[in-house]
Amino acid sequence: MVSLIGSKLERKEDKRFLTGKGNYTADINLVNQTYASFVRSPHARAKINKIDISKAEKSPGVVKILTGEDLAKDKIGGLIAGWKIVSQDGKDMKVPPHPPLANDTVNYVGDHVAIVIAETLEQAKNAADLVNVSYKIKKAVVNTKEAMNSEAIYEGIEKNLCFDFLLGDKGKTDEGLSKSDKIIKLDLINNRLIPNAMEPRASIGDYNPSSEQLTLYTTNQNPHLTRLVLSAFSAIAPEHKFRVVAPDVGGGFGSKIYPYAEDAVVAWASKKIERPVKWVAERSESFLSDCHGRDHVTHVELGVKNDGKITALKVETIANIGAYASLFATVTPTYLYAPLILGLYDISAASCNVKAVFTNTAPVDAYRGAGRPEATFLIERIVTEAAKEIGMDQAEFRKKNFIKKFPHQQCLVHNIDSGDYSAHLEKALEISDYKNFENRRSQSSKKGKLRGIGFSTYIEACGIAPSAVVMSIGAGVGLWESAEIRFNATGNVSVFTGSHSHGQGHETTFAQIVGDKLGVPIENIDVVHGDTDKGPFGMGTYGSRSLAVGGTAIAKACDKIVEKGKKVAAHMLEGKPEDIEFKAGEFVLKNSNKKKTIGEIAFACYLPGQFGEVKSPLPAGVEPGLKETAFYDPINFSFPAGTHICEVEVDEDTGETKVEKYTAVDDFGTIINPMIVEGQVYGGIAQGVGQALYENGHYDESGQLTTASYMDYTMPRADNFPQIKLGFTSTPATSNPLGAKGCGEAGAIAAPPAVMNAVIDAVGTDVSMPATAEKVWKALKKNPSKKAAA
Amino acid sequence: MKNFNFKSAASTKEASKLASGRATFLAGGMSLIPALKLRLAAYSDLINIKNIKGLSGIKVSSKSIKIGATTTHAEVASSKEVGKSIPSLSILADGIGDPQVRNRGTIGGSIANNDPAADYPSACLALNATIHTAKRKIPADKFFKGMFETELKKGELIEAIEFEVPEKSSYVKYPNPASRYAVVGVYVAKFNKEVRVSVTGAGNSVFRSKELETVLSSNFSAVAIDNVNISSKGLNSDIHASAEYRAHLIKVMTRKAVSSC
Ligand SMILES: Cc1cc2nc3c(=O)[nH]c(=O)nc-3n(C[C@H](O)[C@H](O)[C@H](O)COP(=O)(O)OP(=O)(O)OC[C@H]3O[C@@H](n4cnc5c(N)ncnc54)[C@H](O)[C@@H]3O)c2cc1C
Repeated sequence: MVSLIGSKLERKEDKRFLTGKGNYTADINLVNQTYASFVRSPHARAKINKIDISKAEKSPGVVKILTGEDLAKDKIGGLIAGWKIVSQDGKDMKVPPHPPLANDTVNYVGDHVAIVIAETLEQAKNAADLVNVSYKIKKAVVNTKEAMNSEAIYEGIEKNLCFDFLLGDKGKTDEGLSKSDKIIKLDLINNRLIPNAMEPRASIGDYNPSSEQLTLYTTNQNPHLTRLVLSAFSAIAPEHKFRVVAPDVGGGFGSKIYPYAEDAVVAWASKKIERPVKWVAERSESFLSDCHGRDHVTHVELGVKNDGKITALKVETIANIGAYASLFATVTPTYLYAPLILGLYDISAASCNVKAVFTNTAPVDAYRGAGRPEATFLIERIVTEAAKEIGMDQAEFRKKNFIKKFPHQQCLVHNIDSGDYSAHLEKALEISDYKNFENRRSQSSKKGKLRGIGFSTYIEACGIAPSAVVMSIGAGVGLWESAEIRFNATGNVSVFTGSHSHGQGHETTFAQIVGDKLGVPIENIDVVHGDTDKGPFGMGTYGSRSLAVGGTAIAKACDKIVEKGKKVAAHMLEGKPEDIEFKAGEFVLKNSNKKKTIGEIAFACYLPGQFGEVKSPLPAGVEPGLKETAFYDPINFSFPAGTHICEVEVDEDTGETKVEKYTAVDDFGTIINPMIVEGQVYGGIAQGVGQALYENGHYDESGQLTTASYMDYTMPRADNFPQIKLGFTSTPATSNPLGAKGCGEAGAIAAPPAVMNAVIDAVGTDVSMPATAEKVWKALKKNPSKKAAA
Repeated sequence: MKNFNFKSAASTKEASKLASGRATFLAGGMSLIPALKLRLAAYSDLINIKNIKGLSGIKVSSKSIKIGATTTHAEVASSKEVGKSIPSLSILADGIGDPQVRNRGTIGGSIANNDPAADYPSACLALNATIHTAKRKIPADKFFKGMFETELKKGELIEAIEFEVPEKSSYVKYPNPASRYAVVGVYVAKFNKEVRVSVTGAGNSVFRSKELETVLSSNFSAVAIDNVNISSKGLNSDIHASAEYRAHLIKVMTRKAVSSC
């Protein structure tokens, strides 16, 4: 049998997606359903004097209007920060309460004030317009850098400081810096991004008063965790009476890992009115109220010897986490960020100080890459400047500092199990035709264009994550994954995973694993996810964890099936279990031609005994049925790495940058479906290029989001890209039996510095992200030495 | 979107008659529908004008091109006659928005809307167009009055836009990377007796640049522009481009337009 693992199978799920037959939350309509519209704050920071619903209540079709007061009366708890960070002074982080509907203050434009429920959507919106909220407007805190010097937004949270976190040894780092020949310094901004999943968020609460069962349909990457949080902290419903369904979900990028205020409110509201309540975000609401990403201001210093050896790295970051601490908001700029500042270099001393600040802006949480793009950006930017400073070739400088022996214990946190960084660098140099770059540069110059080249050799920590490790550093939960393999009597298989697919293609990738492991044709395998009533508790999809952790759980459950199958087969074939070999779907008794297919075994397990012709007895003590569950807790993170090389052309008249050439060579360990992996890399790079050149979540001084639609927020488009060239190398992960490292975030992590290094190479001076045409034009004006030949 | 009555007019007369009270015309809906959906506008009646026979189509003579109000951007972009007689006009139409927008959006809707960053208004000014309405003929120079403001009276229906055929012309825009509307678009048209240069995207409404027209009238070449001083005073300044950058882009786009004439 040809191995399914490693083949470019077309995605099983694409038929329904491409023919418009996906079943998204907005596609679900329930009997007797009502429609919700949220009244949102138009102000960035204000005290609510009064909410007058008297006029709105009388508006046609209104069923119910609920505010924060009703929520408090029902003792519905607030949304939580799921990861406790301890400051360098030993004190716990400070977080403000985050009620799903505002109590007496609103803290960002789009903050939730009331829910208006009506018979039709139009009626709900019309009534929402009539809810009269009187606000006392206060001066908003908006700027990341200024937040600590601004008036405190919340009582008891001085300087708007959530925590002041330190990783690494500052003394040793200063010593390392002092021993260097040169200290390179950079001030960097990691721009705010708005995730823009293709499918806006939506949720439907559906309470059944007779069974007392509450169902929440929601656009979520993590249904079990959402149920847990809403049960345990918001007290919406007990877990056993609460079902969360995340059906087809059209992209998440981290912005759908956790429950939002709307989820809590529609679920609770449905209980109150005993009818389904449906809310679907408009794109404007997505811009305003989906959690945003990144938003760091960073100072970085790197010590280098004249021979190119890095001696130490010091990082100071202010991370804007917005108005509230969202579920993963505190871990993203700390443990997902600080350990990664070292990149894939052997650096013996480093420290990273992160001050997380509250501002009157939308909450900032994990966004594709979560912490790792921020880390990669700073290390790859400064390494590039360092190589320039000491006059070394970019590739040589990197090679000199690469980690070369594995496992490698880094000076901060991670123990990197495997990798071969020169291998992907060499391959990328070859694919990108690096040696002829100067020719291309002069060709561009003849056209009046400035050409630049940028490198990004990156590493990320994925396969999130060993539970004992993460819980010891503040995680509120473990990060294992679950799987269940259910054979049906007729030999086909349902695979349940606790991870969640919202574009990643799990239905195909996971079926490939099961098909290989159990010798079942792929069309007889169905992968089921996204429903807390169906599969076992799982931890969802993010942090490039699904294959490394979830896929491993599936492989382990398959192993258990085979183990049981051997016992049954041995009995049926009159041999011993240890003499049964399982291969390509058949249990074969050693040194004989006697065998049973896995289908026959499944049949026997469900129909044990003798009935006419059918003879399928089970051995004594073996339970009927063929269904196995496995929970897998990884022993370490996995460490994908790679080299991306970007070439850009800058138009010196307009300042416009165009990506001319992009090469990505990635080491993801074992690859199950190369086509799906390539898709993930392309998409990630597109998002990374978006961050570098186009995207920018911008608030004005009063805290209004000025980039709240596609008229103003620039998404990258297909015509912004050349054909991206991909290559792969492989050093399998040793932390999971599949050898998988994860591929979902790599592009978004690697691309921003690759692009920015290229822009800065072309322009000759620093430019911040996004490198818009005007910024580049201004930089060129300041640096007229850079002129194309024409 | 608030509810409205949908009415379809069979003739320009009927359309004008229906356009009373809180009614408005609906052409391609590419500007109107988003405004309704965002609840920035609400009307009691939308009067569909797409079914009016004779309101769409392209008529070409040696001196002018007359384009019916409901002719779509895609139709203008792909018209062989337009491509032959005023190629810059088909290039302009081909650069509006995306294929969906070009398939729905109409020239009449674009002009009536007069978005300060729209492309067509610049063609009207540079190509000395005449706007034919159900009541009168309005010279383009008098038509565009300010941001989203035109000479049109309430309920006045545009029937066609008539462009003068220049000796040569070119339109070059620097698109806003987000919306692809013009950050700055410059239309240059050289006629026998004059050069007309119009600028869109840079000000609160499309305008003609006297400085550029004067310079190019005496020397129609890209180098002539180098010494023109374009003031940034009064130009738009927003998150996409400062007034200073827009002033610079006016020169760059003009240079490109003249070179490609
Ligand atoms: C995504 C997107 C991108 C776009 N990009 C660009 C771009 O790059 N450049 C650009 O120039 N435009 C752009 N547009 C706007 C587009 O060109 C619109 O189609 C145009 O502005 C309006 O034309 P319409 O036929 O859709 O008019 P509608 O939306 O139907 O109407 C617009 C207004 O004009 C009035 N109106 C329509 N027809 C007449 C008439 N015959 N007489 C009197 N009043 C009338 C209507 O009552 C309404 O007030 C874009 C639009 C979108 C949605």
